[in-house]
Amino acid sequence: MSISRFRVLSTPYEQAQTDRRRRQWDKALFVALFTLPGMSLFFLFVLIPIMQSAYFSLYDWNGFGPPTKFIEFDNYTRLLNHSIFQTALVNSFTLMILSLTIQLPLALSLALLVGRGKLHGKKFFRTVLFVPYVFSEVITAIIWRYVLSPNEGALLNALLGAVIPNFQPVGWLADRHTVIYVLFAVLTWKYFGFHMILYMAGLQGIPADLEDAARVDGGTEWQVLRFITLPLLGSTIRLTVFLSVLGSFQQFVLAWVLTNEGGPVNASQLIATYLYKFGITQLKLGYGSAVAVVFFAITLVFSLGYQRMIMRRDYAAN
Amino acid sequence: MLSQQRQPVQNVFKYGFLIALCLVIMGPVVTAVLGSIRTNGEFMTTPFGLPRQGIQWQNYGDILGSRSFWNSLFNSIIITAGVTGLNIALGSMLAFVFSRISFRGRGLLFNILMIGLLFPLVVAILPIFIQVRQLNLINSMFGVILPLVAFGLPGSVIILRNFFISIPGELEDASYIDGCSTFGFFRHILMPMARPALLAVATLQVIASWNEYFLPLLVFTDPALWPLPLGIMQFQGQYGTDYARIMAYVTLLIIPAVVFYLFAEKYIVTGLTGGELKG
Repeated sequence: MSISRFRVLSTPYEQAQTDRRRRQWDKALFVALFTLPGMSLFFLFVLIPIMQSAYFSLYDWNGFGPPTKFIEFDNYTRLLNHSIFQTALVNSFTLMILSLTIQLPLALSLALLVGRGKLHGKKFFRTVLFVPYVFSEVITAIIWRYVLSPNEGALLNALLGAVIPNFQPVGWLADRHTVIYVLFAVLTWKYFGFHMILYMAGLQGIPADLEDAARVDGGTEWQVLRFITLPLLGSTIRLTVFLSVLGSFQQFVLAWVLTNEGGPVNASQLIATYLYKFGITQLKLGYGSAVAVVFFAITLVFSLGYQRMIMRRDYAAN
Repeated sequence: MLSQQRQPVQNVFKYGFLIALCLVIMGPVVTAVLGSIRTNGEFMTTPFGLPRQGIQWQNYGDILGSRSFWNSLFNSIIITAGVTGLNIALGSMLAFVFSRISFRGRGLLFNILMIGLLFPLVVAILPIFIQVRQLNLINSMFGVILPLVAFGLPGSVIILRNFFISIPGELEDASYIDGCSTFGFFRHILMPMARPALLAVATLQVIASWNEYFLPLLVFTDPALWPLPLGIMQFQGQYGTDYARIMAYVTLLIIPAVVFYLFAEKYIVTGLTGGELKG
């Protein structure tokens, strides 16, 4: 007892204890230093703003001073009854459905054409078809505004005029019933290459032997595609559907510039352009927050539902 | 045998279709570039055609001689460099912790970060705008750079984490036996090895931040801070129907984008496909 009182050196056991505590302390410090900068930015600019908007959406707030005028769910009722918002919702859904039924099948068939079998200039085609992906949306919109302008010397009208006798120039972006389809065509021009690249990557993961074996067994090309290639491409297809749906909902710049702020007469308004025009530019931040919350709700319900029900097996496979 | 007889016909169809599609893709771009070296009158009457009245360099001269173009270029470079650098630095640190260090709450933290994948920047634009105002970052470069970094982080962390996980643990153990610290392993062994993944993340960030329009539109009320996408919109507003001049501006932005793309295609593709498609 008296010896231990005067002991200077610690026992090996105690030494190990302090060492371990020290190492744990070092590790905690390391983890903190490495995670804090990134995570605090994420909280500051992603999570906190998103949560705040639910609170602001209950106020009539023009952005000056703190929000004080509490109006319960008035912003939501006004929003859901606003006919232009309804148009915006319908337009966004239309873009989504067109993307799924036209853009993705087109991208898939091109990936099969370019990515499978022998093809001269495979790399060239891939590069050209993918290049619009790197153009900014503003540039894309400006170029296409010219291509589609009602002028008879503009690209599309001039081309049709050269082919069709007595062709009258068309104002492609001026018809409120078709403007959304024109917008979709331009979006396809810019984005199908992106999906094609994803499909090509997926196809590369499918061993050619499997398809050859099916052919040797007498399978027609269609059967090979239907029963071998497409099922094996399943996880890629599910991913592109996910990205395509989210992508259609978040369109802003291209639509805004191409259609001159959602025109004609708000016929091509989308959720994001509506939010900008009726919430932000007029500094109706409470009302805009309600739009943002509805926007989140749609995105969240879709994302979570889709990942839970459809993409789940893809994670399990990994 | 049957399929061999059909081959030439199929090929004609196949190449014909692909070439037609390439024309649809390149047509508008080529006309824009051609338009930029012709007079506005020529451009508006015949969309394609060579410059009969001589190459109109002054379309470019006016832009290259203006202060606002160089100013916008400078702003774009600042934003792009800032976003890409910060994203790589913070993203690789997070990915390192999430892939190679186990601690309590790691899974929870990672899942919280992954919530970010559900919300693209556009969806959250108003809340970000309000937050930037509250933090007094309106008309500050940080007001654009920091939110862009925050929204890019989840995607970068996923790509980098997948790469870090694939590096064998024996390598890490060996480096510790040789006296390396955790940070030393990260800095001197892991980061150099992760170059392809880092380049993939960097190219995606460069494209996204270089092209970003919405956030600077809201945050910068001062035109002196505008990056190129806003600059060209302002220019378009000024010159209205002088399409030739607008196309010169468009061409000035397209050419570097295409050159960058040709050099970085491999990394873009790796980044988008999580490394599955070889360049």
